[in-house]
Amino acid sequence: MLYLLIAVVLAVAAVLCALVVLGVIPHLRLVPDDTRFDFMRFRRISFPISALLSMLAIFLYFYHGLNFGIDFIGGTLIEVQAKSGAADLAKMRATLNGLGLGEVQLQQFGAAADVLIRVSQQPGGEGAQQAAVAKVRQALGDEVDYRRVEVVGPRVSTELLAYGTIGLMLAIVSILIYLWFRFEWQFALGAMIANVHDLVLTIGFMSVTQIDFDLTSIAALLTILGYSLNDTVVIYDRIREMLRRFKRMSMPELLNISVNSTLSRSIITHVTVTLALLALLLFGGQAIHSFTATMMFGVVLVGTYTSVFIASPILIYLGVGTSRLATAEPEGDTKTKPAKAST
Amino acid sequence: MLYFSPLKAAAILLTALLVCLCAVPNFLSERTFQKLPRFAQRQIVLGLDLQGGSHILLEVDSAAVKKEKLQNLLDDVRRTLREARIPYTGLAVRGDQVEVRASANQQQALSKLRELSQPLGGLLSATGQRSLEINEGGGGLIQLRITEAALTERIRQAVEQSIQIVDRRVNELGTVEPSIQRQGVDRILVQVPGLQDPTRLKEILGKTAKLTFRLVDVTGSLEEAMAGRPPPDSEVVYGTAKEGKHPYLIKKQIMVSGEDLTDAQPGFDQRTSEPIVSFRFNTNGARRFAQVTQENVGRPFAIVLDNEVISAPVIREPILGGSGQISGGFTVEQANDLAILLRAGALPAPLTIIEERTVGPGLGQDSIAKGKIASYVGSVLVVVFMFVTYGVFGLFANVAVAVNVAMIFGILSLLNATLTLPGIAGIVLTVGIAVDSNVLIYERIREEVRHGRTPITAIDAGFTRALATILDSNITTFIAAAVLFFIGTGPVRGFAVTLGIGIVTTVFTAFTLTRLIVAYWVRLWRPRFVPI
Repeated sequence: MLYLLIAVVLAVAAVLCALVVLGVIPHLRLVPDDTRFDFMRFRRISFPISALLSMLAIFLYFYHGLNFGIDFIGGTLIEVQAKSGAADLAKMRATLNGLGLGEVQLQQFGAAADVLIRVSQQPGGEGAQQAAVAKVRQALGDEVDYRRVEVVGPRVSTELLAYGTIGLMLAIVSILIYLWFRFEWQFALGAMIANVHDLVLTIGFMSVTQIDFDLTSIAALLTILGYSLNDTVVIYDRIREMLRRFKRMSMPELLNISVNSTLSRSIITHVTVTLALLALLLFGGQAIHSFTATMMFGVVLVGTYTSVFIASPILIYLGVGTSRLATAEPEGDTKTKPAKAST
Repeated sequence: MLYFSPLKAAAILLTALLVCLCAVPNFLSERTFQKLPRFAQRQIVLGLDLQGGSHILLEVDSAAVKKEKLQNLLDDVRRTLREARIPYTGLAVRGDQVEVRASANQQQALSKLRELSQPLGGLLSATGQRSLEINEGGGGLIQLRITEAALTERIRQAVEQSIQIVDRRVNELGTVEPSIQRQGVDRILVQVPGLQDPTRLKEILGKTAKLTFRLVDVTGSLEEAMAGRPPPDSEVVYGTAKEGKHPYLIKKQIMVSGEDLTDAQPGFDQRTSEPIVSFRFNTNGARRFAQVTQENVGRPFAIVLDNEVISAPVIREPILGGSGQISGGFTVEQANDLAILLRAGALPAPLTIIEERTVGPGLGQDSIAKGKIASYVGSVLVVVFMFVTYGVFGLFANVAVAVNVAMIFGILSLLNATLTLPGIAGIVLTVGIAVDSNVLIYERIREEVRHGRTPITAIDAGFTRALATILDSNITTFIAAAVLFFIGTGPVRGFAVTLGIGIVTTVFTAFTLTRLIVAYWVRLWRPRFVPI
């Protein structure tokens, strides 16, 4: 099944390449050259929608919660593989629940033989967690292979959560400072609002899907942050360039041209990132599944939308370019000085 | 933008080539690798999540260190006052200080006790900090507090000692390339690649292994002691669970302790062929043991390990040779472990396991296999997509991305970095970012062409403008990677490393290699239109 899929992908790829080489099909253009889409008009729809979704996400976070993994709430996670081929979940559940370890969750994990066992944090400090693992090992005996055992004590889990939160904050602040130096403060603020919006929506997504929220989720959130900023910065760069070139153009028009002229790049880049993520999602295995799923949502769905529909139009409200109109110079600035690049 | 002096071009190609070459040792067989010169023996290390193994985070019990330090201070105070023949009352540990009352001659007691306070950091240090803070109160009250600096110093020492002892214990188990590192103030990270079941390792790490030889108190009453009224210089210690936790009344005074052992080996008793541990004392220990056994023939003594009586044999004759054996109904493995523990020495404080992550070899191999498939599929998809979109320029981009990935592996090898599963994800994502830099350039060129520029000026302007954007966007992502690196541990850190390195190589290839390729292409083909 897996190899068939790979074979199909390769075959399609080979045919496409051949067609391009033979000149039968021209180079792919995902966005027509003369696209003039009025993105700014949508701010009257996109802003309320985003506000609503963000509130919903925050509501979900507080009332539905995240499925915190053992990294953050402590406890034990054991991945076993039945030696006999298929795991007898019911029997294992009965055995493990008889141990008096509180709530023991069992879950099929990928193949039929693989089972994920979660034992909630035991009262009685660090030593109690170790005792719980020993009990589970004894109860399951030699019928299974232990593929992974993770025990996180109460102290470590509290610290990991604190570090994770601090890390996210620190990343946002340092990126903000960088943008403030490179652009004007309005851009930094706009980018930050857009980013927090992305993170909030992603957390909402994690709450709805109840994806495991563990250390790799923090990594995913930070990557989403980086990518989404990457996208926003590309558009902001263009907006800054346009602001220098067309001193009298109205802000919405200027923003529209900027977004439209970077649109092709945004879409092509996101297609490639999606392709890479899709490969990870389909073939990367269970261990990074929640990571890639979160990334897929954050980078592909939210990140792109945000940079176009939130990050750009918000500059109108933050007053970018208002001072510019006051000291307007004649239109038709022909000495289009390119942005200085190094080397 | 498109002109490169031959020297510069050579420098760029050489750099790329050299960095890529650094990745080669990873693909050599073990034997060829060993033949490489020392400086070239650099390889990517697979993380425990990929090669399997145990990761155990231990914490030194600093509360126990503090408690012991206070107890020692109490003993010191008692000894000092007794030697100076100063009467005192109410000597006790209260909270985090030792209190004593010397109502009759407080000043004399104070001056004697001040001698206990030592300058910290040896004689040469000029910090002026001392180990004790001594206060006087009304009614002859003297309070002795261990200063924060002294306590920190003691905990630091305890952690250092613990690391050495843990190192000896883990190495004695015969594991392959274990890594033992200090983490934070009071933590020790033990990583043992390839270890599947860490139960035995944990047992060995969890024991303090404080061994003492003490006399059994035969004059005092065990019943009285168990009722809570032990004789002043004796205490109740229980036997092992195997023996049914039999209580013993044992003298507090230590005849000989584990520190006086020079060697311990597992073996078998010649008569009963029961597993035993035979040991040898150093000169000092041997002399004291000989003296005590001579004086106490016919009486029992106890071998106490971590507050448990292992055995309490009767001294049949003076033991003068400085060696002996411990038998306590051990299994072969227990005797083995005890010998290891005694050889490695006692921990200054108990260690608690606060985090454990063990990955079996099967899961690691599965992860590598899946990571490989995902990387191949992802790469093929991206390469084809780029080619279909940009034709020959897509091909250039693909070359640049391939060099990029090779360079990431090269730098990872150079740093002897650890590759984890999220690290592989980081590489796949870098492919996405690297492609983006090319997309930015090409889209800009397309735009410039649309604005009616000639091919060469369009390409030139495209590079100039896109590179500024590439730098900006990559720096922001790099900041995120840097933050991840500093706050992350284990797998997450691995992700940050590959992402960060990936961004650096991406910027390098975009600024130099892609440009160089395009420049040579322009020079060779002199294109009349840009096929992009």
